[in-house]
Parts: sequence; structure tokens; C-alpha cells
Amino acid sequence: MRIFAREHPIWTAIIGFAALVFVWLIFALWPPFLVDLIGKKKVFLSALLNGITLGGLYFLVASGFTLIFGLMRNVNLAHGSLYLFGGYVGYFAAEWTGYWLMAFPVAFVVVGCLGVLMQLYVFRKLEGQDLRQTLVTIGISIVLADLMLWGFGGDFYNIAAPSWLSGPMETFIATGTKRSTGELIFLKYPLVRIVIFFAAVVLGVSMWLVLNRTRIGMLVRAGVDDREMLSATGARIQIVFLGVFAFGAGLAGVAGVVGGTFQSVAPGEDIRFLLASLVVVIVGGMGSIPGAALGALIIGVAEQFGSVYFPTYAVVLTFLIMVVVLAFRPQGLMGGK
Amino acid sequence: MDNAASINRKHLAWIERIPGQYWAVAILLLLMPLFAGDFVLFQIFGWTFILGIIALSLMFLAGYGGMVSLVQMSVAGMAGYMLAIFGDSAVSQVSQGWPWFLAIPLALAIACLFATAVGWLAVRTEGIYTIMITLAIAAAFFYFTRQNYDIFNGFSGFNSVVPPSLFGVNWRDPVAFYYLSLFWATVSFLAVLYLSRAPFGLALQGVRDNPRRMAALGYNVTAHRVAAYAFSGLLAGVGGILLTWQSTQISPGTVGIGAAIDILVIAVMGGLRHPIGAFVGAFVFVLLKTFARDFLLILGLGGERFQLLIGLGFLAIVYFSPDGILGLWDKLRNWQKRDQLLEQKERNL
Repeated sequence: MRIFAREHPIWTAIIGFAALVFVWLIFALWPPFLVDLIGKKKVFLSALLNGITLGGLYFLVASGFTLIFGLMRNVNLAHGSLYLFGGYVGYFAAEWTGYWLMAFPVAFVVVGCLGVLMQLYVFRKLEGQDLRQTLVTIGISIVLADLMLWGFGGDFYNIAAPSWLSGPMETFIATGTKRSTGELIFLKYPLVRIVIFFAAVVLGVSMWLVLNRTRIGMLVRAGVDDREMLSATGARIQIVFLGVFAFGAGLAGVAGVVGGTFQSVAPGEDIRFLLASLVVVIVGGMGSIPGAALGALIIGVAEQFGSVYFPTYAVVLTFLIMVVVLAFRPQGLMGGK
Repeated sequence: MDNAASINRKHLAWIERIPGQYWAVAILLLLMPLFAGDFVLFQIFGWTFILGIIALSLMFLAGYGGMVSLVQMSVAGMAGYMLAIFGDSAVSQVSQGWPWFLAIPLALAIACLFATAVGWLAVRTEGIYTIMITLAIAAAFFYFTRQNYDIFNGFSGFNSVVPPSLFGVNWRDPVAFYYLSLFWATVSFLAVLYLSRAPFGLALQGVRDNPRRMAALGYNVTAHRVAAYAFSGLLAGVGGILLTWQSTQISPGTVGIGAAIDILVIAVMGGLRHPIGAFVGAFVFVLLKTFARDFLLILGLGGERFQLLIGLGFLAIVYFSPDGILGLWDKLRNWQKRDQLLEQKERNL
């Protein structure tokens, strides 16, 4: 960072100034001219928070995708189907047990097992044939989507958050003052989204720690760099592959539960989240966990701001970010090559 | 002996060098309207040729260029949209109503430009990344057409887009439309066949097999790839215009993600090694799509499980025969040719 500041003083100044403006936008009471220009602060803030929490959800989906890709060079286009399946499993687990929290381990284990089956019976058979693997995942996603439509119907399922998590939470960010008394009004925001966002952050940090500080992480990183050499040293790479695939698929399942709580579980969501994770991973950099976090944050915030400030072109904004990144940094923001 | 035969064949007129199967297929297709009904001509064959042209554009990119692009349906849709916007449709507040000789070339040119732009973006990456990026672009195009009302007329799209009645023929009449789509399918097929043996096509195949060596030999790898996208855009544009005329409408549903994947399914099911694969795949796909409902009802399943059938078929083809139906055909032929005593494949002498 210091080196960057020394080499690019002007850029550092611009970035620093932008960060200051941003912090001011969040914490200060907005003067009237700004409200006239871009609307109420409350709208701005909820778009920002929605974007950040949506980014957390995108991170959950995309991190499994990018982990699998990084290790096995396998673009798993059935990842969206795993997400949707996790949502359905979580919904029924929560219904039967009556505990919302039960939905997470059940979805993780069930979808993880599905991932193990896919790795064992499909991907191991086609190892080293990238294109065929990808085509097979497309076939699997078509089949899974139709099976789920068959089994669960076209209805919307909503996973209800428990009572201790529902309802709004008062944050410490002021949005305005009361006319009569001059008291500050603080922004209220759904508690469950904030809790889930922090859970995603904790998960992301622990994933990073496991990857960078443990023996298993060392095996995975070595596998990313050079699978042949790793297997030549006697590491049982197939078990590592199986574990990573199960974990990535399980994460997609957990993300399905989160998505079902935030929004809803319905046919078509699989494609939506597959695309979201594609764009996130392209922007962030393939195979990089910090890249997935950064990409998820950017895409989530851009999507929410887009839908608030220019509703007609919200999708184009996301897409434009992808194009710009591809044009100037084809390997993604955090992707190294 | 093979060499002598090829030298000998060079002396023949070009028309005599066309293999016998081609003649048989051509005569069969030309005489089709004599014994086939309107439904078969318009729905089955018309649709087969159109989907075949679009799948052919993908086959060209994937088979000769090694670039699997999911954006072909979007390019086709772009041509259809541009035709509806510059030409005539029921949505008079958007459609310009220009004559066909302006609208069609413009639509094709814009589709070509669109494909070139996508190609320019996509060739920065390789292999499986290309699938991801083109899928993302196809999705963005779909959502954009659905949300934009100023140009693309949003959710409902355009309807009543009909072909011009040139030479006093109603080109949506089943027989006329059959010949129209047959003509363009043949032109596209021959164009791809020709290009695959022309210097450009050979260089493209070299780039597919070993980009670094081709770059070292002095070929501009990126330019060849982008040019391949441009040509495939032209093919897809032709397909898109015909598709719009056949259904007389274009809407976001036409360019959806499902449709984009259908094109990939068609091309892969048929086989990516030879241009004819695209049409074989399209024929099988159209037959499945038309008759799957009856077939599923016979099996006792609901008629709406069509996607399941397509998905399983695609999975089986990809899993067992990477070269699609053409590959199965080759396997069958090899199996018939094997020596019964030695249980070995007969080598071509």
C-alpha cells in the first residue's frame, strides 16, 4: 500500500478523497441541495446497506464456485442449481424441525453430499477435459432445474426468520432530525440481514485463515498451483478434490437458505444466482477468495444502487462493470497470473 | 492409390466432385414439398433450418476456432430486433418502417458489429472462461431487452414482423418459407464448408490447436479470433431474421438464457466436427420438441417434462460421445468395419 502511494501519489489522493466523501455521505446530515440532487439520504443508505448485505449473499454463492474452479479448473455451471436445491432443502428442514438454524446444517450436508456424488460419478470420470466437464454441468443444471420444478412446483417459498431475528434494528447512522424537537432520527434496518452479513464475513475470514494457515489449506493451495506435482509428492489429491467440491457445494446450499430468507426460493433463481456468481468471479478474479469478496461487494452495491437510481439500466450497470474489468484487467481485480 | 485418385478427381469438373450423398440429400430436400404437409414444411423443416443456421454459427466458432460461445442466440435476436425496429411491425411508435433493402442489411450489419464487440471482449480469455463471459453477456442482453422500453419495447417485444412480399410471393406461405430457409441454410452450410478450407479457416484451425505457434509464425491470433466472431455473427444474424419472420415476433423470451443454451445443446448434440452436425442436431431437437409431449404421455409422465428429456439426452451425448450424433455414426461405421476374427478395427489402407 505504501509502495502504491509512493508510486501513484495522484491516484492515492483521488482514492483518499473519494473515501472521505463516501464517509461524509454516510455519517453527515445531508444539506438540502444534495437531497434535491440525488434524493433522500434514507434511500441512499438503504440502497447501500441492501447492496452490502446482498454482496454477502453473493459472496456465499460465489466463494464455493471460485474455490471449485481454482482447484479443479471446473466451471460448475450447475452451481445455481445447487443453490436452489439448498434453498428448498432448507425450507423443508426449517418447516419440519421448527428451527430456522437447523436449515443451515441440513442444507450444507445434503447439498454437500450431492456435490460429492457429482464429483465421484461425473467429474472424476472426465478429469482434464475442461470443456466436456462444463457441458456436462450444463446438462446437469437443465435436468436438476426440471426435477426441482417437478418436485416442488412453481410456487415461491419463503423461509421465515425466527422471531428473535425479525424486525428492524436501530443503527447508529443518522438520517435526519425531527422537525419539532431537533432529535436525530436513526436509520432502521432489518436485523436478520445484518446478522447474516456478519456471518458471511466471519465465514469468509475463516475460509481465508484455513486456506492460508493450516495444513489442509496448504494442500489446497498447492493443488491450485500444480496438481500433478502435488499428487507426485504423495498427497491424496482425489480426497482433497472431493472435500473441496463437497465444501463448495455445501456453501451453495447454505447460500440457498440465506437467499430464501432474504428473498424467496423459486424456479429461475438458479440461473439468476449462477449469473451473479459468474459476474462476481469474473470481476473479482477466478479462483481467488478475496477476489470473490471484493467482486461480490461491488456487484451487490452496484445492483442495488442501479435499481434505485436508474431502474431501467440496473442490469447494464452490472454488465458495464464486468466489461470494464475485462477490458483493462482480463484476469479480474484480484486474479493473479 | 488414394493420392492418384485425388489427382484424378482434380481433373473432373467441380460438379462431378460433389459426393453422391450430397446429391441424394439435395434432391430429397428439393422435392420435399411434393409429399410433405404444411406443418412438416413450415414447423419442422423451417425451424430445423433456422436453428441449424444459428447452431452452425456456434459450430464454426467452437469447431474451427475452439471458442464455445453462448451468445449466438443473442446475436440472432439482435438481428431480429433490428429488423423489427428499422422495418415494419405492429409497434408503430418504435418501428421506423424503412423498406426491406435498408432494414435487412442494417440488421445484419448491427448483428455483425455486436458479435464482433462480444468477440473482442471474449477473446481476451480462453477456453472455459469464454463460456462464462458469453453466458453473462447473453444474460445481460436478455435482461436489457426486457427492461428497455424505448428501443426494445420491453417485455412484449415486437409482433407482426413479416417478410416483404418480394416477386409477388408471400414468403410466409409454408412452401415458399421452406424454400427460403432451405436456400439460406444451404448458403450458410456451403459458406462454412468453403471457409473451413480457405486460408482463413485453416489459420483459424491452427490458432485453435496451437495459438502460440501460430503467433510465432506471424499470424495475428486475436484478429483471427475476432474475425471468426464477426463471420459467425453474420450467420447468426441470417438465422435470427428468418426466426423472426417464422414466428412473426421477437421478444425477450426469444433471446432468453434457455434459448441460448438450446443452441449449445443443438450444436453439441449434432457434433462440432462437421458443419452438417448443426443441422442434424437441430433436426433431432425440433423433433424432440415437437413430439416429446406425446412420447412422454405414452410413458405415463406429464407432457411438461420436456426439458428433462432434453437434459438427459444432452447429458448422455456429452458423457458417452463427445462428438455428438456424428460421432455415434462414426463409431457405428467403425464397428461394422472391424475384422470379425481379429476383433480389431480395420485400418484404412
